[in-house]
Amino acid sequence: MSAIPQETRSTCPYCGVGCGVIIETRAHAITGVRGDPEHPANFGRLCTKGSTLHLTASAAVTRQTRLLQPLQRLQRRGPPQPLAWNAALDLAADQLGRIVHEHGPDALGFYLSGQLLTEDYYVFNKLAKGLLGTNNLDTNSRLCMSSAVAGYKATLGADAPPASYADFDHADCLFIAGSNTAWAHPIAFRRIEDAKRARPGLKIVVVDPRRTDTVELADLHLAIQPGTDVMLFHGMLHIMLWEGWTNPAYIAAHTSGFDALQAVVRDCTPTRVAEVCGITAQDLREAARLFATSPATLSLYCQGLNQSSSGTAKNAALINLHLATGQIGRPGAAPFSLTGQPNAMGGREVGGLANLLSAHRDMANPQHRAEVAAHWGLDQVPGTPGKSAVEMFEAAADGQIKALWIACTNPAQSMPDQATVRRALQRAEFVVLQEAFASTATAEFADLLLPATTWGEKLGTVTNSERRISRVRAALPPAGEARHDWAIGVQLAHRLEARLRPGQATLFPYPTEAPEAGVEAIWCEHRESTRGRDLDITGLSYALLDRQGPQQWPLPAGAQTGKARLYEDGVFPTPDGRARFSATAYQPVAESRDERYPFSLTTSRLRDQWHGMSRTGTLGRLFGHVPEPAVQLHPQDMARHQWRDGELVSVQSRRGAIVLPVQASTDIGISQACIAMHWGSEFLSGCSATGEALAGVNTLMPSTFCPGSKQPELKHAAVRISKAELPWSLVAMAWLPADQALTVREQLKPLMAAFAFSACVPFGPSGPSGPSGPAQGERTGVLFRAAALEAPPPELLVQIEALLGLRDTDSLRYIDAQRGQRRTVRVEPQGEDIRVTGLLLGGDTRAEVWLKTLLQEYLPAQAYGRLLLSPGAEAPVAVVSQGRTVCSCLGVTDQAIEAKLAVCQGPDEDRLGQLQGALKCGTNCGSCVPELKRMVRLIKPVTG
Amino acid sequence: MKKLKLVMVGNGMAGVRTIEELLKVDPSLYEITIFGAEPHPNYNRIMLSPVLAGEQTLEDIVLNPYDWYHDHGITLHSGKTVVQIDRTRRVVRAEDGTEAAYDRLLLCTGSTPFMLPVPGKDLQGVIAYRDIHDTNTMIETAAKHRHAVVIGGGLLGLEAANGLMLRGMSVTVVHVNAWLMERQLDDVAARLLQHSLEERGLQFRLGAQTQALVGGEDGRVKAVRFKDGTEVPADLVVMAVGVRPNTELAEQAGLLVNRGIVVNDTLQTVTDPRIWSVGECATHRGTAYGLVAPLFEQAQVAANHLAEFGIARYLGSHTSTKLKVTGIDLFSAGNFMGGEGTEEIVLSDPRAGVYKKLVIQDDKLIGACLYGDTVDGSWYFKLLRERCSVADFRDQLMFGESSRQSSALKA
Repeated sequence: MSAIPQETRSTCPYCGVGCGVIIETRAHAITGVRGDPEHPANFGRLCTKGSTLHLTASAAVTRQTRLLQPLQRLQRRGPPQPLAWNAALDLAADQLGRIVHEHGPDALGFYLSGQLLTEDYYVFNKLAKGLLGTNNLDTNSRLCMSSAVAGYKATLGADAPPASYADFDHADCLFIAGSNTAWAHPIAFRRIEDAKRARPGLKIVVVDPRRTDTVELADLHLAIQPGTDVMLFHGMLHIMLWEGWTNPAYIAAHTSGFDALQAVVRDCTPTRVAEVCGITAQDLREAARLFATSPATLSLYCQGLNQSSSGTAKNAALINLHLATGQIGRPGAAPFSLTGQPNAMGGREVGGLANLLSAHRDMANPQHRAEVAAHWGLDQVPGTPGKSAVEMFEAAADGQIKALWIACTNPAQSMPDQATVRRALQRAEFVVLQEAFASTATAEFADLLLPATTWGEKLGTVTNSERRISRVRAALPPAGEARHDWAIGVQLAHRLEARLRPGQATLFPYPTEAPEAGVEAIWCEHRESTRGRDLDITGLSYALLDRQGPQQWPLPAGAQTGKARLYEDGVFPTPDGRARFSATAYQPVAESRDERYPFSLTTSRLRDQWHGMSRTGTLGRLFGHVPEPAVQLHPQDMARHQWRDGELVSVQSRRGAIVLPVQASTDIGISQACIAMHWGSEFLSGCSATGEALAGVNTLMPSTFCPGSKQPELKHAAVRISKAELPWSLVAMAWLPADQALTVREQLKPLMAAFAFSACVPFGPSGPSGPSGPAQGERTGVLFRAAALEAPPPELLVQIEALLGLRDTDSLRYIDAQRGQRRTVRVEPQGEDIRVTGLLLGGDTRAEVWLKTLLQEYLPAQAYGRLLLSPGAEAPVAVVSQGRTVCSCLGVTDQAIEAKLAVCQGPDEDRLGQLQGALKCGTNCGSCVPELKRMVRLIKPVTG
Repeated sequence: MKKLKLVMVGNGMAGVRTIEELLKVDPSLYEITIFGAEPHPNYNRIMLSPVLAGEQTLEDIVLNPYDWYHDHGITLHSGKTVVQIDRTRRVVRAEDGTEAAYDRLLLCTGSTPFMLPVPGKDLQGVIAYRDIHDTNTMIETAAKHRHAVVIGGGLLGLEAANGLMLRGMSVTVVHVNAWLMERQLDDVAARLLQHSLEERGLQFRLGAQTQALVGGEDGRVKAVRFKDGTEVPADLVVMAVGVRPNTELAEQAGLLVNRGIVVNDTLQTVTDPRIWSVGECATHRGTAYGLVAPLFEQAQVAANHLAEFGIARYLGSHTSTKLKVTGIDLFSAGNFMGGEGTEEIVLSDPRAGVYKKLVIQDDKLIGACLYGDTVDGSWYFKLLRERCSVADFRDQLMFGESSRQSSALKA
């Protein structure tokens, strides 16, 4: 192995902050990653997810989880068979060609991803709307940012976040609404923490039904009832008007439509708003005061506003406040939408939504269509509206759309109303999945699987939340037979051209054999399309990006740098140059709580996971913070129903049900419930009474979407919750060689449907994996948990034991078949100690509390002998656990922190300092700092 | 007044224990006469294996030295085999003509090893394993010869094999069954046992049918031949394939014999109430016991009646087994094979060489088979005899009395 490390500058593939990373490679293997100190988004910092990227790209993970060759499924649900790329592309072209011929181009649906690069997007957009002639091309940005887009366009006239991260340092008030920035955009939050540290006068208001880690930094937390944001914002405006806190001069000079809005907010009186939102009138007034009267107010918002049946109205109502108070176009003053995905922005720039065309053009606008047709050298592009994500899958379920081409996203996990989505995937005649990972939930439905490149291999550009374009560079050649997404699009296009417009010059003159040249050619064509548009980047080039680093748009020809801030002149990209107030009245959530569905279910993100976890889910250590799925409920609701932590409940909405453990949390309100959006059927499943496999959290969510943005309400559903009476329980877990663990998890997944409830997750060493523990990456843990009405046939348990390596002759066993009791413990000598390296508990699983600790923390177990098989929650020999991981980077657990805090004296700031000085927790990526602060606050020093 | 005459035929463990029990209750009731075929005082037959293994000497295992007989005024005719009982005259006669009259007679003639009826069974070097004589023969042979074959992989056979091995012989155990000690162990425990005996150097031929014993010119056995034609060399063949109750004497005296001498719950023969019988020669409720514990229970009851208390009853015994091979712990009791209508709890710890199986029926422990860790054997045996319900501590049962108590404390 060569000792000379190569370094490649690229970007992080996770959230929309768009951090720069430096990838270290040795001998064609990614050996490390660190933050790019020169990247203006993160200046060298990375979060728990970004700083472990290299581990997700290890040879072992690649071999076990990546899709490495084209596969064809000869019959649905059957095992896919390998085939050559040419055969695969011919098959795809034949099928699409046939369907276009038989049913017309609108029988096709392309469903792409905010994780594709701008160049990938551009090719597929041109392929669908240009070559094939259908606008049925949408992306998962529809589930993520389309409300923000619609909100911006409805008010400011263009889909452009007007601010920069640098504005954090100029704001006097940060108004964070519907965003758990601390977890979902960690590096942005680090910068906010810096700003607050530098200027303690900075006031932070957080609007969120849940008490998230973001709230830890807040001066004011408005825990509103889910979905009442519009009422809140209108109520704030009502008070601003009453108090004379608005900016009439700005309203008069730069806006229109204020009178209509005034009429709407008139009856949003403090009393009514306080009642609807479930907050006090004082807090409401304080929020209005801080927003309006601070010298500069910057609002940050994300899925809490976007994923809503009134998402556009929520965005617009917040922007209303900026316009009414003139909190826009100045340093630190703007409505700043935080983008969810790394390149949702870039996708929209090339028109990657059913209602958009290249360079922020509107499909509905004939002028725009003509411009794009000219740009592509076509007579015309189609004017019939395309189908948005939800509509596309409903159309497929209804049989209108015959072929689905899915790239770089996982609708069988991420779309609401999974029943319909899965019906669509089954009914469609031809489903193509272009993916980097082999075993997403969607892969099970694909007729054709095309291996795509991913982080570390891809090249092109991305645009982050602050309109900043960065180069994405390849550190490695593609894994296996994987190809770049854009190249797959081009090669498919060439085949389709041969069928649909034979003899004519290709619309896709991009060399796929020379990727660097290829992506640059695509990008230059895209750049040309932006000339004169709000996002004009005609002054930008790959060369300039290489020379001067990431740049913000617009950057028109002649400009030296991009624009850090928009609308400083008060002129907006609307026909009359004025921003428009949006006078939309408050609408409640699509499904209000009622006696049949008495809980408000919200979905959330986890600190150490991202989306469907196809990447983060490969690392055991990222499960240290939140190891397993659970539904959170307020302790009072738990007490009322006499549920205990960890008990299984069935969560049912009007669309479906899932089973998972319940967990008390004071972070949410009474009659509210919360499940992380990551838990799809790849990790959380089971089997319904009628025998269907349970499809994860989004089974519950409604597909009801915002009329303006067509973004579905993924953030709220009315549910009922009842105890799941599944007396027989199972927990099986083992350390496995890192080059087998993920394969084993894949082999366990099919068994999940054999139980009424099941979860299957990797895990890592908890606490610092000391010398006794395995070297990082040497071993990975896999945990399988299940429950059922009665004990399953022993063969099934034997199968699970075999997969987890518990069938070896040295394992201790206890079997009382008649009582459904089965316990198996694998022990291995390590040095002079005996350690538990695997276990299966069936029936009575109470011993998990101490056995799991023995296993996960590599505690010596020779003292137990056969008592390792003894039942009950009481350890036969006392076990001292190190607790739950709080700081993933340095493996510091809550118990270590609590012990230290007990002896840290002084004010909280000092105590945090002492804590970090002693344990180093939160000193690397800092993602756990909000949690540390909370612990500092709650755990008082032991005096005397 | 004149003492009653009690004559005992057979100077073995069961009988002498009966006398001891009797003397405890009433030392003066009888004038006691004992005939013993072996030229020894009563010794602990089940300790012959340690003697063979060289772990104990004959002196160590003598239970009642000659002085004991003398001190209790017991007339001992050792080395005299009784050949006739005259129930009319109430006299027994030994082969040398010695006679003794009795008021009450106690038959403790024990059992004889069963010899496979195969060609060559009378060759020199083919013996059984029953008494001090056999034991001495083995010890002497081991000093001169190399190869030994033990036919019979039961308790006795394995003890003999182990002893001969320890005395330097290369020993092969021939067993007709698929696994060893099938009457005391299930297959799993038996394989563990076989494994550890193999590690000690024993060889095994399981499921092997002995066809003949092959002799040499010197008239001494030189090999064992099997039905499949194969042979193993043997300078010594020890038959340990079971025993037959010694009942010739009783039959000739016209007592009802069914496998053993049939006795009732007072251990009196059903034919003649003046005659008692205990030990391996007796059949009680259809069972002739071969292990020492039940025989001692019989002794107690018999003594009680001989002492004219007339209150005790013998209702049969549960038996449990231990193998006297140093370093090997195994224990079994009751119906450890389970079967229709029974439930099993099984624990195994291969690394520690431990296997435990408990058989339960109607919430009661009916059988146990322990290998490698027999600490709780006595507790299980107690639960088994008491037939008490284990329902409320079934989950602790496998982890022994201690864990039951600790869990009881927690509860």
